[in-house]
Amino acid sequence: MASYKHSVSLNEEKCHGCTHCLKHCPTEAIRIRNKHAKIDSTRCIDCGECIRVCPHKAKKAVYDKLSDIPKDKWKIALPAPSLYGQFDNLEDIDYVLEGLLDIGFDQVYEVARAAEIVSDYTRRYMKRPDVQRPVISSACPVIVRLIRLRYPFLADNLLPILPPIEIAAKEAIKEAVEKHPELKREDICTVFISPCPAKVSYVKNETDGKSNVDFVVSMSDIYFELLGVMNKDESPAPVSKAGLIGLSWASAGGEATAIFNEKYLAADGIEHANRVLEEIDNGSFPELEFVELNACPGGCVGGVMTVVNPYIAKARIRSLRRYLPVSQNKAPEDGYTIPESVMSDYSDAPYESVSAFSSDREESMRMLHDMEEIRQKLPGIDCGGCGAPTCRCFALDVVRGRASLGECVVFMREELENLHKKLQENDERR
Amino acid sequence: MEGPVKFVYEVDGENFTSAGEASISIKKNLRLLGYNPNIIRRVAIAMYEGEINMVIHAGGGRATVYIYPDRVEMILEDNGPGIADIELAMSEGYSTAPDKIRNLGFGAGMGLPNMKKNTDEMKIESVLGKGTTITMIVKT
Repeated sequence: MASYKHSVSLNEEKCHGCTHCLKHCPTEAIRIRNKHAKIDSTRCIDCGECIRVCPHKAKKAVYDKLSDIPKDKWKIALPAPSLYGQFDNLEDIDYVLEGLLDIGFDQVYEVARAAEIVSDYTRRYMKRPDVQRPVISSACPVIVRLIRLRYPFLADNLLPILPPIEIAAKEAIKEAVEKHPELKREDICTVFISPCPAKVSYVKNETDGKSNVDFVVSMSDIYFELLGVMNKDESPAPVSKAGLIGLSWASAGGEATAIFNEKYLAADGIEHANRVLEEIDNGSFPELEFVELNACPGGCVGGVMTVVNPYIAKARIRSLRRYLPVSQNKAPEDGYTIPESVMSDYSDAPYESVSAFSSDREESMRMLHDMEEIRQKLPGIDCGGCGAPTCRCFALDVVRGRASLGECVVFMREELENLHKKLQENDERR
Repeated sequence: MEGPVKFVYEVDGENFTSAGEASISIKKNLRLLGYNPNIIRRVAIAMYEGEINMVIHAGGGRATVYIYPDRVEMILEDNGPGIADIELAMSEGYSTAPDKIRNLGFGAGMGLPNMKKNTDEMKIESVLGKGTTITMIVKT
């Protein structure tokens, strides 16, 4: 896990060392050290919460720039459905798709189409009697990583079907080669237009050429490029082939409702999602068939690389999808099988406890004991002044030798007051 | 260090929504000890069911957890109405939970059986009108 590549970074010059990100990090991966935030990469799940809350814009998502895309290749844009919700007064998705061609892409394949294919495969998968229920969506990479780090038992519940981004890249390449048989894979360059940094990490970490996505660019970068070319009088060519289901994937609940099974749960926002996983892990929710979890509030429309308020984007998408066919894309073949080529295996992921004190049980016990002792000396107000998000985290850091008790301002003040009292008493005695 | 590490949780009977918090806390602590996830899960489930039971039937109580090098011991004490027929209470599907609790999806009569299933030893001591003490051990 040490080699895990992240896509959230810090600009030290802008960081004031305040406690906003510290308090919002869902995995307690941040500490303030020397007036700057430090991210523990073994715990970071690339959710982007710190980017969302930083008042100084010191946290940044790392992604590919449009200028990084090689000009001489056959460039395929893979727009996430959340992109459609960014534009005001958009009458038709085709304006966006044509805009992408106008800014230099050679081909466009809507990720919404791939989402419909994934929905179709998911319905097939759900018919199998032997699958571990509830099936948990694997489309949000933050959730997948969170499960790998914290809920190893739920790895078997993850939907073992490639996420829409991956199916989109595959289908797009297939389409490109059908139309232009002279193209080889290395002549083609697939570019995902992403609402979030987690998708960037997903692509970076799919090693051995497993991912067919070559570049991941930010939705906000593309947005400003598109604004310049979309003000056209003539109507665009009708090229969109996505249906209502595909567009609905942009916001929370879209994927789950497409399963056509009412025993589902859809939660959004990393804290809610975490809580749901905790409860499923405890064996609650016996009745559920499908669980859709999105790290961002509102779903993908709430990603930190989007432009508009997620609920506005959701409302816009709702009006765009009106009068669209329910679904325009289906999984191929007989209606039952799921080919190996679209399957993804999550069960082999090795569980690495990122929390454990030590591999030695006796030593761990001793440290736990010491931690409790330290914790009782702390005020329990979770002020963050020491650079750790909670008093419990601070106690952990002290036991691990990464902080010293004197860094707790409340504890130190009490120590000083006691000292002061003692000195006064001494003076009086003299 | 001598003896076990001890944690005490007051389970608030007034607040149904807080049921399950001791389970989460103990889970976090066991993770620090690097226990096998299967063991952590069993402890967490047993604890969770126990907490829910105390809230539903006894208006809350106290959970004390001792972590020893070779086992986790959970003692759940309440001052509730007690269990009239422990054998009957242990049978799957038997429940005396009120309807409002069942509407929330609890009270399916799986609590005690689940606690038994996930622990290596379980002892129930109950006095009608006085309360119930359940001791559970998960060997690590």
